[in-house]
Amino acid sequence: MSAARVGVVTFPGTLDDQDAARAVRLAGAEAVPLWHADRDLKGVDAVFLPGGFSYGDYLRCGAISRFAPLMDALVPAARDGLPVLGTCNGFQILCEAHLLPGALTRNQGLHYVCRDQRVRVENAGTAWTAEYEAGQEIVLPVKHGEGRFVADAHTLEALEGEGRVVFRYLGGNPNGSLNEIAGITNEAGNVVGLMPHPEHAVEELTGAPSVDGRGFFTSILKKLVNA
Amino acid sequence: MARVIVDVMLKPEILDPQGQAITRALPRLGFSGVADVRQGKRFEVELDGPADEAAISDVRKMAETLLANTVIEDFTVRVED
Repeated sequence: MSAARVGVVTFPGTLDDQDAARAVRLAGAEAVPLWHADRDLKGVDAVFLPGGFSYGDYLRCGAISRFAPLMDALVPAARDGLPVLGTCNGFQILCEAHLLPGALTRNQGLHYVCRDQRVRVENAGTAWTAEYEAGQEIVLPVKHGEGRFVADAHTLEALEGEGRVVFRYLGGNPNGSLNEIAGITNEAGNVVGLMPHPEHAVEELTGAPSVDGRGFFTSILKKLVNA
Repeated sequence: MARVIVDVMLKPEILDPQGQAITRALPRLGFSGVADVRQGKRFEVELDGPADEAAISDVRKMAETLLANTVIEDFTVRVED
């Protein structure tokens, strides 16, 4: 019996849920499908909010998803310490839900950017990054049109000062993100959001630029098994 | 029946690359004298009843909750004449 059950959320318009579930399974955990209209988290030990265009990105990316019935259960659970990872649209949803500070806005260059991106792991102390080394450089795919992280000066200072910038872009900022921020965490370190896609970098067979994404899933598995 | 208008704009300090692109396009089209353009959103909220104080307060709540992301956007609420 698998000790770790990781919920993978599907909203209407989510694209990466199958890759996310596969990445969870490859790490040795059980992937539990969660539907946006569900009202309970089915007792999962962690939740992955994958990328895509939930609710068609209407209004703002993540603005409608934030009010999905499932989020009524997820938001308080995350505040109570449930590990939650949001990638791309999942990151946008976490910001709209105020589980993470700041917001993701239109790429500075206005173009949708799809490429392999070098990033540096700045914080290897979160629930999702413990298997990396601080300062480690990894390569993950990015693919988004609205990934420019912005926050007011006070928030930015707090994020930097408290070591809550988890990932930073290297070798060119794909979206004009402030301080080259690619991903951040909450104060407790259980909620992590980033624009790059670890779930697309877990198998050579798929033409991924690396298998550097595996560390997210081994990190959470190890944490849950040892919990 | 009344119509309430909610205008949502990116806060002044938030970069608006779409507005910048429009600003840059205008001189090419022969429009001169434009210093800057900022792009925003306009919502027209049709009420069942009159736009009294309670209804406007409700619209304000809608704007805060859903129509605007107050982390990056400001909004104004006004009743259309």
